[in-house]
Amino acid sequence: MVFSQVIHFLQNHIYYIGAFGLIFIGLLIILVKHNLIKVIIGLSILETGVNLFLIAVGYISNGTAPIFSNPSVETQRMVDPVPQALVLTAIVIGVAVLALALSLAIRLYQHYGILDLRQIREQKW
Amino acid sequence: MILVVSLLVLVMLLAAIAAFFFKDLMSAVIAACMVSLIASILFYFLQAPDVAMAEASIGAALVTAVFIVAIRRTERYEK
Amino acid sequence: MRSIISILLLAFIAWGIVTVIGEIPFGTEKSRVGGHYVDQGREETGASNIVTSVVLNYRGFDTLGEVTVLFVAAIGLGAALATRRKKEKREIEPASLVLYTGCRFLFPLILLFGGYIFIHGHLTPGGGFQGGAIVASAFILVYLGCRGRRISETVSKTIESLGGLVFVVVGLVGLAVGGHYFLLNFLPKGELNTLFSAGIIPILYIAIGFKVGSELAGVIDHLMEESE
Repeated sequence: MVFSQVIHFLQNHIYYIGAFGLIFIGLLIILVKHNLIKVIIGLSILETGVNLFLIAVGYISNGTAPIFSNPSVETQRMVDPVPQALVLTAIVIGVAVLALALSLAIRLYQHYGILDLRQIREQKW
Repeated sequence: MILVVSLLVLVMLLAAIAAFFFKDLMSAVIAACMVSLIASILFYFLQAPDVAMAEASIGAALVTAVFIVAIRRTERYEK
Repeated sequence: MRSIISILLLAFIAWGIVTVIGEIPFGTEKSRVGGHYVDQGREETGASNIVTSVVLNYRGFDTLGEVTVLFVAAIGLGAALATRRKKEKREIEPASLVLYTGCRFLFPLILLFGGYIFIHGHLTPGGGFQGGAIVASAFILVYLGCRGRRISETVSKTIESLGGLVFVVVGLVGLAVGGHYFLLNFLPKGELNTLFSAGIIPILYIAIGFKVGSELAGVIDHLMEESE
């Protein structure tokens, strides 16, 4: 009885739990860590969590992918294509922005010789 | 099915926590790569094969390569 | 002090996110606009992959903006890493024979796979963004395995500019022919589920594939430049 309740809960919430966990851990890394590269790793994890959340919102139970691979596919059971299109471009932009952030971190390291945000005077808060 | 997904989510969250605790940045990057890889499997289960391909080729391969090059140009251990 | 503020902030954010996420039902009806795309997408655009038709046809203008963001980020990376002093040629230790031969064997196969992915973007999962990323990963393999080899910056910049130009020109031709909106699908739709179908979508995706591939390879090239 309890087991079936747990299964039911998981079926409705497991993707949201995963997305929320990634967002939370990403934010934790960004706020608590001092190393600049570590902060950027946190940013990447946070981004994955947000993408997972958006895709999970567009899902339909027992749905199929929005691709007409054979003529017999029903349109009623297809998942929402709009979040997928948004996330597709967001991932590609994410890697470019991460590379830009890393290049700025490399410049900072070349200038100060250190990546610790506590010891770089202008970056302190 | 739901148990497989739960296990994958659990491993993904553990990898993210590992990325928080590792002092060696290279290990943290590999853990973040694992998060991306499992997220791509989850995208496939959520019937989004396009996004799964993008996440596997970009999130798991390119981002890791960019991070590793950047770590080689800076320092490897977090103090 | 800093960590206490961080923990309090995090607890607040977590409470907010949990409250919002708990309200969203999982696995129910799709949005009305998504329903329209799924129902009418095949007739209106001719592409079998609805995600592709959303990315390039219904929201093609957004995609142009996002490609521009990618371009600006690549330019910014080049500017941030630009150094004034001359690059001196240094002796690079060659990779082992097995690694070198393996990379040379795999490189054309990976390029072929990337090309397949972005040419068939309107029929199967995949498309210009994924195919471009796979092409860029082939170049990473070359950088790691066959050390000392680099892609010419002029060639990669030219391919990148041509990709962007094709996108804008196709959009402007659509505007001129139809007179209604940018990126009108003016070519014949063709038969569903064949390679030559869906009008301008394959052309745009091939352009995006080349653009994304050369751009990401250029990003890797800039980052690798001084690391040896």
